[in-house]
Parts: sequence; C-alpha cells; structure tokens
Amino acid sequence: MSNETNRRDFLGYTFAAVAAVGGAASLVGMKKAWDPLPSVLSSGFTEFDLSTVKAGHPSTIMWRGKPVFILKKTADMQPNKRDLIINGDRYTIAIGLCTHLGCIPAWKKTKWKCPCHGGEFNASGEEIFGPPPRPLDLPPFSISGTKIVLGEEGPEYKKIAAAIKA
Amino acid sequence: MAKFTKANSVGEWLDQRLNTTTLNKVLMTEYWIPKDINFLWAMGVLLATTFGILVISGIFLMMYYKPDVNLAFDSVNYTIMQEVAYGWLFRHMHGVAASVVFLIIYIHMFTGIYYGSYKQGREMIWISGMLLFVVFSAAGFSGYMLPWGQMSYWAAMVITNLFGGIPFIGPDLVVWIRGDFNVADATLTRFFMLHVFLLPIVIMALIAFHFYTLRIPHVNNQDSEELDFDAEAEKYLSGNKKESKVIPFWPIFISKDLAVLGIFLLFYFYLVFFHYEFAMDPVNFDPADNMATPPHIYPEWYFLWSYEVLRGFFFDIGPMKAFDIGLAAFGFANAIFLFLPFLDRDTKILPAHKRPGFFVWFWILMADLIVLTIWGKLPPTGANAWVGFVAATLFIVLFILLPVISKIDAKKRGE
Repeated sequence: MSNETNRRDFLGYTFAAVAAVGGAASLVGMKKAWDPLPSVLSSGFTEFDLSTVKAGHPSTIMWRGKPVFILKKTADMQPNKRDLIINGDRYTIAIGLCTHLGCIPAWKKTKWKCPCHGGEFNASGEEIFGPPPRPLDLPPFSISGTKIVLGEEGPEYKKIAAAIKA
Repeated sequence: MAKFTKANSVGEWLDQRLNTTTLNKVLMTEYWIPKDINFLWAMGVLLATTFGILVISGIFLMMYYKPDVNLAFDSVNYTIMQEVAYGWLFRHMHGVAASVVFLIIYIHMFTGIYYGSYKQGREMIWISGMLLFVVFSAAGFSGYMLPWGQMSYWAAMVITNLFGGIPFIGPDLVVWIRGDFNVADATLTRFFMLHVFLLPIVIMALIAFHFYTLRIPHVNNQDSEELDFDAEAEKYLSGNKKESKVIPFWPIFISKDLAVLGIFLLFYFYLVFFHYEFAMDPVNFDPADNMATPPHIYPEWYFLWSYEVLRGFFFDIGPMKAFDIGLAAFGFANAIFLFLPFLDRDTKILPAHKRPGFFVWFWILMADLIVLTIWGKLPPTGANAWVGFVAATLFIVLFILLPVISKIDAKKRGE
C-alpha cells in the first residue's frame, strides 16, 4: 500500500520537476522573444557637425528613432556643469524626450516646454517646472574635432555623465 | 455509456447527447431574476451586445488592416475608408462601439456601487467585473494605437513610458515592452496581436466567469432585499407567479433587457451614422511622426479621469518627486475600485439613498470624476493645474474616508 503511494508520489514529483523546468524555459523564451531584435540593437551611429548650429536655436537630430537636441548656448544663457565645451562654445546635448512620459518638448525662446503635462526644461536641459523627475537624458556620444558621433561613449561623454551624477 | 434510444426529433437527439433541456433551464428558463430591478440592470446585456459588435466589426477590419508602420495608416484611412465596400461603416461601428462600451461599463459599475451590489456574497462579481474593466482598457488602448496616427503614436509613447516609473527595472521594462528604443514596428505588431487575439480571448473567458459569479449569490435588486431564491422560484413554478418575487430570465426578463437594448442601439447607430467623429480625434488623421509631438495630447474621454489623477501632482512634495507621486496616485486610482467590497465597512447591503453618509460620498465621487474628466482634456497650465491637483487629491481622500463613512452609517442605524 505505502509502496504504491510512494511510487505515485515519485511520478508526481518527477512530472512537477519536468513541468517546472519546461515552464521556466518557455518563460525565458517568451521574455526573449519580446526583446529588441539584433537589427534594432545594432542600429547605427549618427554623426553630426556641431559647427553648423546657430546659437540660441536648437537643432534636433534623430538617433535610434529618438530626437536629440543640440543647443549652442548664447552668451546670456547660464553655463552649466553638463555643458559640452568645444572651442570655447557651450553646447547642451540631450535626448529630446520629456523625462516624465516621453513627449517631445518644444523650444520656446529660452526653454523647452512639454505639450502634454506642462513640464519645462531650461537651456541646460534641467527640469524647472512640472512633473519631470530629472533633467533631460544625456545620449552617449564621442567628439572628434567639431563632429559629434551619437551612440559611442567618448571621454567627453564620461566627464559630463559623471558631472550630472555628482 | 448512457443508454440511447431512437430520437423523434433533432431537439431530442441533441438533448440525449448534450443535455440541452437542463442547460436551457440553468442558463435561461430557470435562471431567476428579482422583479424589482430597473433599466440600469440591463447594462450587462448591452455590454454583451456591444462586445459582439466589436468582435464582428473587428473581424471585418482585420481583413484589410496591415500591422506595419509603413502601411498601417493608409490601410485604415485609404483602403478601409475609401476602397472597401462599407469599410467606413465597419470602422465607425468599431470606433464608436469602443467608446460607447466604456460609457456602459461606467453606468454598470456605478449602478453596482449605488445599490451595494459588490457587497457581502457578491465580491467575486465585483472583482471579476473590475478585471474585465482592466482588460477592456488594455484592449481599448492597444486598438487605439493601430491606425498609427499622431495621437496613436504619442498615446503609445506615454503609456509605455508609464512602466518606466516602476522601481529598478522600469527603463529596461519599457524597452522590452516596445521591442525597440522607441515606439516602433515591433511595438505595433505586438500590440496588434494583443488587440486582435490575446486580449479578446481573455475578455471572453472573463465574461464567462463574470456570468458564473452571478449564478450563486444571484442578482441584487433596488431595495437590496435578501430573497430566498429557491423558495421564490418554487412559488413561481407552482403557478403562483403574482406572489413570487422572481421571474425567469428567459423569456420574461429578457424582454425588458431587449427594450432597453433597442433604445441603446438607436442611440449607438445615431452616433455611428451622424456623430462618429466623437470617437475619432482629428489629430489621429495625421500620420505618426516620432520627431514631432502634437501641441496638446490627451487620451479618449474614458481615460481622462485617471489621466488627470496621473498629472494632477505637478510639484515635488518633500523628498518625493512629482512624477513618482503622480504615478503612485495613478496606480491607486486604477486599483482601488477592486478593493471596494473591503473598504465598505457597512454590515448591510442597502441602496445609497438609505445610507446618508454613503449617499453624499457617492455623489461627491461622481462629481469629482466628472471634474477630473473635464480637466483631463484641458491644457495643464495655470489654474487648470490646481483644479487637477485638488480633484486628484479629493479622489484619493474619498477612498481613504470610505471605511469610516460606511461604518458611521451602520452605527447611526443602530448596528
């Protein structure tokens, strides 16, 4: 009697083990199926010549499907620790998506203003009003001469990223 | 195997094999409904019908819709609207039904709240209903994205970004949900799958469950009177129909439902043919552009109240970021209704007009939801932001107060 019960228990446990392993493996598979495709991950680098920007008028370039703001600061705009300085010119480099819920803020003379929830960012990309929880994000970039390459982490990027964290 | 004898009719043949006579009794002719219920109880049948309209019109749309970022917009706005015979009709029926279904869900929900139909014994009806509401919301949102217009795109952007607020895994979760760094083709195709397959079958399963939850505690009535359904059914079956407080669902009660359904369908088709634009935001007739946000974005009317709770908290409080407070409030607003049966501490089931405190609570909640809905559509600047803040705070406070208010009502009655 007890012998038979044990055998059934054993079969039950065996099945549970097989099912658990199979179940966990399929969950991993399903999770990975929704990960970005390799072609998306490798979507290239974007190059841009900073010398083409007019001071006080931000340019918007597309990188990984997202807008990136590049603003050359005018003399009356406050310097900031996250400024990228090239040949004495100060630039704000930022991903142009509101850090609240991701809409694109529009440039209104001296600041970026979000259309959806009223958030505002100053010329340095710092949040000054509304719900955005943090400054505009910094995209990884590297610099060669006056050219900026978005997508790779150069020393200038690392310096600014560290300054933002501090 | 059971013994089968030669059947004399198709009905008998089926009855022998599928027990259709018993099934018919359980689901229809001996499913007892209290006599004392008004037209507000017809919303279930209205919802089932509207869901049927959504499924059928959706099937016809799916035959021409193309889930591809380059083709989606034209497949809807050119192929379906211009080329397919009656394509415009299917689109308008689908779009209007998607909007109207939420109107009926809200009426259904607040009828339940008013008459205390979520209380003692009926908790599972309420919980399964709220789960249906959540899945309907997900289906509504995933469908809204498919025409790939500007509003679709930015709605997808905002909603997927909401998951970014979840601690630790947020940013990675957003990329995972989208399948790309921004809302892109992978996002569209997977939301297409959710909208046309996974969510509809989950909804169907939940509808079956929702109906089943009703079978044991039975439907509530206008006076929240506790009926002995077995005894009342006995009276009815023995011919004492006048004295019995119940009637069978089929064919007696359904006639009332069908009358209400008739009026509803007139209203619905009036909207489909003459005012379909109320479910079609003009901004969504611009193709999606990931480099330009429309100047003012807002969800469809049925999400405005929770959208306003989300953005109502626009300033940091102490160490808490406005974003986190808003997100927490949004989560609260969407989850709290689920817990209603346990927040209401009144020991008795009574309609709101017999519970003075609860009556006031109910109508303040209604007014607050209307304010949230109206201000949810207005730009969140200046005084509007403060109205949103006050209304959002009031919403949360109401639910915190509910246990106290319902308890006071019970005490006043001497319980």
